[in-house]
Amino acid sequence: MTFTLLDAGRAVEATARIAGDRVTIPAADVERELGLTLTPEGLCGEGFCIPVADASGLGASGFDLAALARVLDRPLAVDAVAGAAYLGAASGERRRALGSLHAPDFSLPDLAGRLHSLSEHLGKKVLLVAHASW
Amino acid sequence: MDLPVWQALYEELKGHGFVVITVALDKSADDPRPWIEAARPTHPSLVDTRHVLADLYNIVNVPTVLWIDEQGRIVRPNDVTFATDTFRHITGLESVRPLQAIRDWVTGKARALDAATARRLQTLPSPDDQQARAEFGLGQWLWERGQRDAAERHFVRAGELAPHDFTIRRGTMPMRGMDPMGPEFRSMRDAWRDAGHPYYRPLPDHLD
Repeated sequence: MTFTLLDAGRAVEATARIAGDRVTIPAADVERELGLTLTPEGLCGEGFCIPVADASGLGASGFDLAALARVLDRPLAVDAVAGAAYLGAASGERRRALGSLHAPDFSLPDLAGRLHSLSEHLGKKVLLVAHASW
Repeated sequence: MDLPVWQALYEELKGHGFVVITVALDKSADDPRPWIEAARPTHPSLVDTRHVLADLYNIVNVPTVLWIDEQGRIVRPNDVTFATDTFRHITGLESVRPLQAIRDWVTGKARALDAATARRLQTLPSPDDQQARAEFGLGQWLWERGQRDAAERHFVRAGELAPHDFTIRRGTMPMRGMDPMGPEFRSMRDAWRDAGHPYYRPLPDHLD
């Protein structure tokens, strides 16, 4: 079936085999949509390779999504029935970024849909205020 | 709502090399629109339907305020800062002192926190916090596609993983047929408090 993988919010489509909660995506889809391939050095993307201690679930027959998330050390939420999963941001990466005290950049729209980035305001003091209608 | 005060503070201090960025964590731009339009912002007043900011900054409730210096460094981490005393009778948090502290920092009368203190006061996300955000992200995507029952499963799971994260537990209520100001919110908040946890977690008054 066609499966939607949300890679930190970006939706990519893949064909998936689903057995219970286990979702397997063809290696070619993982390479095309996520830019990741399994090599003798490990799981490799553009400019990096992650050593893979246990390659079970990752191979020519397909990538088990849970095994892929474990290697990437990223949280994975799966809904096999709805045919979608969300690959989130690793806590380790977030902890390192925040602990460095470098304010993470973001781009978000105003009501008119125009994008604004934090980095546009380098050189100024910024008061960042999160609020909500709820 | 505090937006008119944040806007006024921006106008008051913008000549000192200062900007306010307000970000609404809401399911759609229409939810905060009346408040943003009423405040007539000349500062960037943004909408974050996917909780990008909450994920990047480990924001777990609103209001949350951070100070960022000219070099893009966090010089005061996540704090609970109200710009008005509207909810003081409920929150116990007043606004005059924190607003003056911001003025003193912007005008150079006072320093922000040193790096060691800022780090000590940060709360960094756990694996469960990030798993909860993944569950929220999936739930929100499903909700946007009308798959309400599937969305509900992931919102519930997210709340179980990160019970302190009210951007999830309260912020999803408008998507789940619950009133975020109503009895379901109050019973959730009261249960959290009765278990010994504060609903708002401001930084301590004396930081040195």
